[in-house]
Amino acid sequence: MVLTLQFVPYDEISNLESEKRINRLLDIVKKDKVILMQGRLKPSEEAWLIQKTMEHVSKTFKGIELCTIYPENPKNTRLLNTLKNMLVKFLVGTRDGLTIIGPATVIKEIKRNPDKIELLTTIK
Amino acid sequence: MLNVLKSFLGKLSKILKKKKNVKLGLYGPPNAGKSTLANRICKDWLGEEMSSVSAVPHETREVIVKEKINVENKGKSLSFNLIDTPGIATRIDYEDFLKFKMPKAKAKIRAKEATKGVIDAIKWLDDMDAVVVVLDATINPYSQVNITIIGNLAARKIPVLVVGNKIDLKKSDIKSVESAFPQYNVVGISAQQGNNMEEFYEALFKVVK
Repeated sequence: MVLTLQFVPYDEISNLESEKRINRLLDIVKKDKVILMQGRLKPSEEAWLIQKTMEHVSKTFKGIELCTIYPENPKNTRLLNTLKNMLVKFLVGTRDGLTIIGPATVIKEIKRNPDKIELLTTIK
Repeated sequence: MLNVLKSFLGKLSKILKKKKNVKLGLYGPPNAGKSTLANRICKDWLGEEMSSVSAVPHETREVIVKEKINVENKGKSLSFNLIDTPGIATRIDYEDFLKFKMPKAKAKIRAKEATKGVIDAIKWLDDMDAVVVVLDATINPYSQVNITIIGNLAARKIPVLVVGNKIDLKKSDIKSVESAFPQYNVVGISAQQGNNMEEFYEALFKVVK
């Protein structure tokens, strides 16, 4: 079995409404692909993703593994960049960070420690 | 007539001013000990248990409410409705229950009920006045489920107390829970053994002001 990673740029989903965004991500995961999404969902969208996932659990779809990486704010960020980032976040949501979403049938576990992430797969 | 009206208005005012019961939710991943803590609180203040507990995950698959629990601590009292919720998970596989020697048909029903339980638990988030997030202190706290629960509570501005349960076990690491959520009050307890419950109630009073 081959592990397929699909990169989802933030621009591809930023204009979608929350429901469509969640459905889009679930559609990809249900095709046994692992999503590497630029940015992160809002907390309410993460909860909604879990709810929607539970609605879809079946004989073949066992749920998802989810992990969001939040970048630290660099201490030496220039004021202009800080303001720019704040404005971007305000206008288009949370572009920073990376979200990994994979089907539970492929991703056994995502181990996260403060400084590293381990993706354990079921692929032999 | 005026006196009767004054008396009526006085009583009405008292009723309206009377503080409603705080809706206190117990949230967390499966098998962290939410129902064990619910039972401990109920035994401490009502003398009876409210939920069934099991080593098999997803024992609580429906939201359970125990009303009017009066807790006292250092001369103060607090009345609340305790809401024990199903564990929040991102994956549910009936085959996991087979490992506990559960018959296949029963495992499938349990899995189906568990998915519904997760949906209900998330729906109930909006109704909470305060939440105790119960984590298993023997497990790495940096899981996305924990982060999603706490993130959603923060977004809703619901007061949170984080509990690291099972501190009676050798593997427990309450420091790890504290360092994962430094912006929150973290209390280490053993709901099963009743360890550190005084500190828990004290922290609860601070969170639910």
